[in-house]
Amino acid sequence: MASGAPPLRSHPSSELDYFDIDDIIATQGRIPSKLEVQIYNLGFLDPSSEGNDLQAGAKLELPLWLSKELSYKDGYREVFKADASVVDLHRLGPYFYEFGTKLLHFDFEENSQMASSMQETFIKRFRKIMDSSQNAANEDASLLTSKLDHIEKQVFSAGRKGVREFLQWETGNTSKLTTSETVVNHKKRKRSMLE
Amino acid sequence: MDGTLPPYNEDLVRQVLEEMKILFEQNQKEVALTVDGETGLFSGVHLRHASLERNKRCLLSYIYNRMLRIKGLRWEFGTVLPEDIKYNLCEQEIQWFTKYNKSLATYMRTVGLDLTQDMKPPKSLYIEVRCLEDYGEFETEDGTVVLLKKNSQHFLPRSHCEHLIRQGILEHIL
Repeated sequence: MASGAPPLRSHPSSELDYFDIDDIIATQGRIPSKLEVQIYNLGFLDPSSEGNDLQAGAKLELPLWLSKELSYKDGYREVFKADASVVDLHRLGPYFYEFGTKLLHFDFEENSQMASSMQETFIKRFRKIMDSSQNAANEDASLLTSKLDHIEKQVFSAGRKGVREFLQWETGNTSKLTTSETVVNHKKRKRSMLE
Repeated sequence: MDGTLPPYNEDLVRQVLEEMKILFEQNQKEVALTVDGETGLFSGVHLRHASLERNKRCLLSYIYNRMLRIKGLRWEFGTVLPEDIKYNLCEQEIQWFTKYNKSLATYMRTVGLDLTQDMKPPKSLYIEVRCLEDYGEFETEDGTVVLLKKNSQHFLPRSHCEHLIRQGILEHIL
């Protein structure tokens, strides 16, 4: 682990924000799970199963929100066990860090390794992201941003906004009253629809 | 936020609610059976319950996030929404928007302040503005009538033209 890095929690606090759409999408990702008990009358969830029931031992790709709910309820036996082969961070797509962090809710042996790997990845990529955000005020950065994770994109646009506001302040333009951006966008859209 | 608001997806919301009804009824049934002594149904009930909670969260988040956007629109467009945006709101959302407008107006009256004024700290009472479109006559608070014609320039009290600048009718010249 890089020196001076903050300590990593291997079990982050659960729901951040109930209404957070990004959190909802991030927990939509599927992970391979193995059924520990039989479940009656829900056989339709597994197309390969015969009959009305889900059999114990069946392997299913379940969305993260469901696996998490079923494998950790204090006081009850485990219904599901997540498959450790899920620890493939490259499959995580646009919610790399968020989904990865969610995986730490499970008791994988690889948890600490996974956490530090995510942190190192972030640190390594952060420098380039910051550099480009500070220099690309007038350039097309879509090539870079298309490769960024959801959180990295937010970092990038925050950096870009900062530079833009600084330049405005430097030229003494901050006191100028401007048209609301929403109104400008709305007019643009209307115009392009008429054309 | 870029000022867009997709149409309220009534069909999908109804589908989710129907699914929830089925899940709920099945759960009621199996709980009743369990009370009568049947065993092993619990995992299924648990799974359906988790799905119910998930659906509830998705629906509430959908409504809540749309509400936040609509609230934002009030501060961008003012009290009247453009027709094409209003078209995408559902009936209850329009009601909410009207009520929000009312609450905001009542509050501003009580504190005696127009909160949508001076979004940036004012440095002078009068400012130089250029007209970006033909707007017509505009009456200032002291009764003077100004003709706002495209490309004409005016020296007006800041408090009178801030809204027109926000709406893209006037341009502030430094």
